[in-house]
Amino acid sequence: MTAPQILGAPTPTARSAGLIGCTRCGRVFAPGTELCTRCGAPLSSRDPRALQRVWAWWFAGLVVYFPANIYPMLITRTLTYSGEGTILGGVVELLGHGDYFVAFVIFFASILIPVGKFLAIAFLALSIRNHRFLDEHAQHRLHAVVEFIGRWSMIDVFVVAILASLVRFDAVATINPGIAAISFALSVAFTMLSAQSFDPRQIWDE
Amino acid sequence: MSASVHQQDSPPASGPAPAALERLRACPHCDALYQIAPVAPRERAICTRCGAVLIAPRARAFSRIIALAVTALILMAAAIFMPFLDLSASGMHSRASVLDAVLAFSDGMMLPLSVAVGALIVVIPALRLSLIVYTLAPMMRGGPALPRAGQAFRLADALKPWSMAEIFLIGVAVALVKVAGIATVTPGPAFWAFCGLVVVTVLHDDVMDAESVWQAIERRESARRTAADAAASRA
Ligand SMILES: [Zn+2]
Ligand SMILES: [Zn+2]
Repeated sequence: MTAPQILGAPTPTARSAGLIGCTRCGRVFAPGTELCTRCGAPLSSRDPRALQRVWAWWFAGLVVYFPANIYPMLITRTLTYSGEGTILGGVVELLGHGDYFVAFVIFFASILIPVGKFLAIAFLALSIRNHRFLDEHAQHRLHAVVEFIGRWSMIDVFVVAILASLVRFDAVATINPGIAAISFALSVAFTMLSAQSFDPRQIWDE
Repeated sequence: MSASVHQQDSPPASGPAPAALERLRACPHCDALYQIAPVAPRERAICTRCGAVLIAPRARAFSRIIALAVTALILMAAAIFMPFLDLSASGMHSRASVLDAVLAFSDGMMLPLSVAVGALIVVIPALRLSLIVYTLAPMMRGGPALPRAGQAFRLADALKPWSMAEIFLIGVAVALVKVAGIATVTPGPAFWAFCGLVVVTVLHDDVMDAESVWQAIERRESARRTAADAAASRA
């Protein structure tokens, strides 16, 4: 990179130059411009309400996360067995069958990622201007990881959809989705929106 | 990693001219300001401040993107309607298509979930690919961009995290393990179509360089405006 930078000097930014950059396409505009002429996205030097939206989606996601873990994901009925399985119950069941790898995948996608995501988003929102614990680069990477990995939690919802559509031997065996499938899907969607609501430029502001 | 975006070393004095602004880019992640310079295919311009890839052009990108997007749409159509999985247990058969998986929740209060699953694995991926074809196909033939091409492409970009075909495929794998004890499952043609769809989508996203598309849209938009102005002044 051929960046003529003075050592120790702050990096020139659109804001320090008195301009506004589009966060969708990168085009730069004079102050006062409201919409990007290239992609139509609304422009702001920094989005003052970004953190409010992060927290609003975060709480919404947390509220629906509790029923997702308490109520059943799957309701199974066979001739000899009738039972309800929660997210954690599903993992335990897979472990019992000796399917360690798949048990780990579901544990990772349905328990570790959602919990980690709540913690990571809260940490970023609380410390976005404070680099005592993590520097800008680490915060930026954490945000990128949360955005990248959060959507993978949806695996369990799809597993339920596939099982419910496949296992339909009316009298003999049926699998039906439980209420937790809805609340878990909502929780994943809300926390995705929460992570997307960040204005990542705020991480780098001096 | 070579790059030819030049960091703006001093802020432009006074009010910058719109023409000068056209040559500037701000990193969408960290706001670092750059003067754009041509980047050769297969080279990448990376933000020196945060490491984000700003420009990554590819040779014949538009025709490749369109070809891959159309292929993905065809595979998607095949994946929806053909049999996806065939389950047999103690002499009984059950067959499910992707459509069945979507409709698994369609009764009563589970309906919203049915809509969501349908959106995430069928509607949003198909919409995103269609929007990209809408944006790029007219420009590939050298013609002007269709109306609202910019908005269409921005929507396609915003839909990317919500397009979950590859996650669905992992879900299928997990479901297969879960029923392995009680039944035997045979993948149908739609299963392979869906695998193909995921591979093609990965290739498609790899060739896609948003900055090249934005520049093409902007060039055609300004050419159209100049022509309109000329026509207006002639009248
Ligand atoms: Zn823009
Ligand atoms: Zn950057």
